Amino acid sequence: MDDQFRELYQEIILDHNRSPRNFGSLPDATHKLEGQNPLCGDRYVFYLKVKDGKVEDVRFEGKGCAISKSSASVMSEFIKGKKIEEIDDYVDLFQKIVRGELDPAEYMEKLGKLAVFAGVSEFPMRVKCATLPWHTLHNALHGKHDATVSTEE
Amino acid sequence: METMNVQKKSLEFDPNLYRQDFPILNTIVHGKPLVYFDNAATTQKPRMVIEQIVDYYQGMNANVHRAIHYLGEKATVAFEEARKKVAKFINAPSARQIVFTRGTTEAINLVATAWGEKFIGQDDEIILTEMEHHSNLIPWQLLAQKVGAKLRFIPFTPNGALDFEAFEKILNNKTRLISLTYMSNVFGTINPIKRIVRMAKDRGIPVLLDGAQSVPHLPTDVQQLDCDFLAFSGHKMLGPTGIGVLYAKMHHWENMNPYQGGGEMIQSVWLDRATWNEIPYKFEAGTPNIAGAIALGAAIDYLSKIGMEKITLFEQELTTYALNKLADLKGIVIYGNAAERGGVISFNLGDVHPHDLSHFLDQQGIAVRAGHHCAQPIMRKLDIAATTRASFYFYNTFEEIDYFVEQLKEAIEFFTP
Repeated sequence: MDDQFRELYQEIILDHNRSPRNFGSLPDATHKLEGQNPLCGDRYVFYLKVKDGKVEDVRFEGKGCAISKSSASVMSEFIKGKKIEEIDDYVDLFQKIVRGELDPAEYMEKLGKLAVFAGVSEFPMRVKCATLPWHTLHNALHGKHDATVSTEE
Repeated sequence: METMNVQKKSLEFDPNLYRQDFPILNTIVHGKPLVYFDNAATTQKPRMVIEQIVDYYQGMNANVHRAIHYLGEKATVAFEEARKKVAKFINAPSARQIVFTRGTTEAINLVATAWGEKFIGQDDEIILTEMEHHSNLIPWQLLAQKVGAKLRFIPFTPNGALDFEAFEKILNNKTRLISLTYMSNVFGTINPIKRIVRMAKDRGIPVLLDGAQSVPHLPTDVQQLDCDFLAFSGHKMLGPTGIGVLYAKMHHWENMNPYQGGGEMIQSVWLDRATWNEIPYKFEAGTPNIAGAIALGAAIDYLSKIGMEKITLFEQELTTYALNKLADLKGIVIYGNAAERGGVISFNLGDVHPHDLSHFLDQQGIAVRAGHHCAQPIMRKLDIAATTRASFYFYNTFEEIDYFVEQLKEAIEFFTP
């Protein structure tokens, strides 16, 4: 097995795929948005509870590949309790890291657990799997509520 | 399932005789020999087809049906020769009934526009099946919206076969067309076309066949099938991309509106009006894909030399062998189990998502397709997001299937705790 492939599917990603965190719905959500990748059929609904400019709680449900599901799971843990401005920063950083536009080595501390997705940049066809949750999160926080966003927009 | 007695070698057919004609089959992928199991998406090209494209551009490139010069004459003859080869390949009564298109999609759009807009109106009904590729669904949705017609669907059974009881119920005196796939690109089902055409003829309803998956793998005789239209693509039968075919019965061609306007399709043009060129040129506006058509002719030569009957039989052996081996895998679900089927196998393996699985297989050199296969309504009915699909051609081997099944076992190990 290729080392890059093993790095992509490292244990932490497989683990989040098997037992996704914050999986389910959130009845008192203030923001709800569906994100889908029409090319492969991955589809998730994200629920956010935002109060005083902070994401107090988050849930997600849906179906998809190990990369998209673990990305959603890790993201859900990561953003809980963070301010929207801070999350905006991470949306940008995460997308640049997985697209290979920034060197993850320089951002290790800031990335924390998100660093496990750095290996995605070696596989351009999987970038959209990893960014789907972040793309949807960004749209949910900035305007698009109760709708569907697509990776192909 | 009993696999001991499954025949591992075909007595009649040796794919290795042909593999050497396909340079791309020598590709090394991530350090492993390529196993190409994505033939339902597109097939690989033999040297003869690739060389035909080079020969065309090096030795006869000119526009067709226009120039009175050496190259123009040569290109026109070769282009028309290709049309005759296509006609013969599907046993069309005349080469005039063959119109070159960009592919199956354009061929179906041509019928929906040039025939459909003229003959289908408000409250008329078009019968499709629930197992259509988007290319035989969306053109009819567009037409239905435009003229106020209604789409009806023949459902598929859990086996992935057509439900004839339901079909008889939706057939009625408003039905103006039945358009369906000859062979499903998801289930591999070979639909009982003769039975459908017979039922349609009893009521005077024309039938369009989407032959994208069938023409490359089964002998095709449009006179015996008695279909009104047949659409198929060159690139799924060893030819280049961007070339396809629409066959229609002559009276349909004669009654159809033009499809696109432009050069080639006209006879006389004034500033405010025009008259149309003769069939088939009336339906081939603009400079066609000349090299593509000629190379499709070379692909047909190649297939005909082997013999379509032999290809069908060998692919059936491959498919039976693969289905038997796959049935032993833990957690496998195979979608489609019709009595008559071709070499297309869609499946899911436990909880492993098709994208993860196909990425894993790619690392082992195996090319399969993962996704909805341009048939989202099928996925919705099966309540799945996607499947993995392996699809064969005559250059695949029993050894490749063995390796594929081994790697599926490895994948289960890798993804399952």
